[in-house]
Amino acid sequence: MTLDTILDVLTGVFLLLGGFLSAAAGVGLLRFPDAIARLHATTKPQILGLTFVLLAIALQNRQLSTILLLVFLLIFQMITAPVSAHMIARAGYRGGIIGPNSLLVDELEQAIDAAPEFDDAETEGADDPAATADATEESSDDAASDDPAAGADHTAQPTNVPTTRNPLDTDDTSSRNG
Amino acid sequence: MNEWVFIAVGLLLLIAALLALYRIIRGPSILDRMIASDMLLTTIICALGAEMVYNGHTRSLPAMLVLATTAFLGSVVVARYVSRRTNS
Repeated sequence: MTLDTILDVLTGVFLLLGGFLSAAAGVGLLRFPDAIARLHATTKPQILGLTFVLLAIALQNRQLSTILLLVFLLIFQMITAPVSAHMIARAGYRGGIIGPNSLLVDELEQAIDAAPEFDDAETEGADDPAATADATEESSDDAASDDPAAGADHTAQPTNVPTTRNPLDTDDTSSRNG
Repeated sequence: MNEWVFIAVGLLLLIAALLALYRIIRGPSILDRMIASDMLLTTIICALGAEMVYNGHTRSLPAMLVLATTAFLGSVVVARYVSRRTNS
């Protein structure tokens, strides 16, 4: 009798903690200014809030099959939740949505600048979203002005700019697909 | 168990789901919408678990397992789309 009441109280506390974490993440999603801050807020209940709810289920339903299924569920969530958060942050950085306005220290840009240029497609694709829109236009102008001086005789410059950009895109997507 | 605990848990999960829905509608970029949609899916998983505790059954566990396993696919696909769209 007393054990059941203690387990009921623990179940209620765990459920309330899970609900509180979800509500706090919702408030962070509403109030935070940037996409990366909202990502920081919403990735907390994906593991910890779900862990509290699963603990409540396990306390109410103490069977081996249920607890094994809950352990599998938590392991799968711990594997897949960082994948989605990492992909969203990567797409935001490369796409320019997470820009220099929302970052105090851009360690990835310093690492990209300090890295030796061993692959053209990789460095160009990583440099583009780090800069602003004007900087990307300037860099494309630089590439367009550099290429006729370095390479052989091509046609006019406006046709040269897409030919310098298109192999980057095809290389990038093929490397991501493969 | 006390009914008010479950009412409070339901209200907290409802607040979380409504705020995520607001961010899905009002999100300035598609990444905000995807973050909010992940959050909404996590809230749905938590609500399924709380409902199982309230009614004392385990019939929703396969649905929770499938949701937790495949929740990342939408974010990954949309993240790839964002990368290609802004690079080209």
